[in-house]
Amino acid sequence: MAADQLSVTFAALADPTRRAILARLANGEASVTELAKPFDLSLPGISKHLKVLQRAGLITQGRNAQWRPCRLEVGRLREASEWVGEYRRFWDESFQRLDDVLQEMIKEEKTDERKRSDHDAED
Amino acid sequence: MNAKGATTMPKTEYTIEPGKQELISTVVLDAPRELVFKAYTDPDIFVRWWGPSRYENKVIKYDSRSGGEWHVIQRGADGSEFGFRGVNHDVVAPERICQTFEYLGVPGHVALQTATFEPVGNKTKIVAQIVFQSVMDRDGMVASGMRDGADESMERLAAVLEELKKGK
Repeated sequence: MAADQLSVTFAALADPTRRAILARLANGEASVTELAKPFDLSLPGISKHLKVLQRAGLITQGRNAQWRPCRLEVGRLREASEWVGEYRRFWDESFQRLDDVLQEMIKEEKTDERKRSDHDAED
Repeated sequence: MNAKGATTMPKTEYTIEPGKQELISTVVLDAPRELVFKAYTDPDIFVRWWGPSRYENKVIKYDSRSGGEWHVIQRGADGSEFGFRGVNHDVVAPERICQTFEYLGVPGHVALQTATFEPVGNKTKIVAQIVFQSVMDRDGMVASGMRDGADESMERLAAVLEELKKGK
């Protein structure tokens, strides 16, 4: 995914209302009126959010003139989530591994100390 | 269930405040800080823990002195490669490392990361602060599920994403 596209996707996701809209659309397509209902938002207000999501390729709006349902586009979300999911996994797993390595280092140090003190005792 | 002597899973906490460009991860590990510092600055040890275990770390450059460059490539079993590079601005043994960080897969998004090592008895508290170039850079990470305990819609979204990944 191009860096610019990633930025656009992230900017669209960085808003609680827009994330709630995506969560709602994950349950199935919905009309603009239906999407506006749970929020204290005017239709122009919700349309603004939808436009951002649409531009980011996160949703599409049907051409049906009657109620133009909004639909979640999973591809872009998957791309974004894979990229950043890595980040968190990266640090959680790194710290786990660092902890393991540190315990090994501590054991090695203790063994070295014991060897040294055994050696001192021999002298 | 926490038998004495059993290894406990280190719990990393993420602090993310609205409107800020920074992100802080905090973890306490059961080792003295001299050792933690060594694990960060010695390339032979660093490659043993940095990143997910399914990637092999290949060091191109790893100069842990102030002003020194670092460049590490992570290689997956399938041959996929991910490059990371930066410059060590300030390396103060055994308490602090301040460096730039750039993921070469998304070049141009350079972050400044500072790891501080604080002694807590015989343990060490690692505080890793990352400052991004924009709130957008940072929020991108956060919005897509970097943090536990996000708002409900985010959790639902995350659950949906997991389903999507499974190909449903």
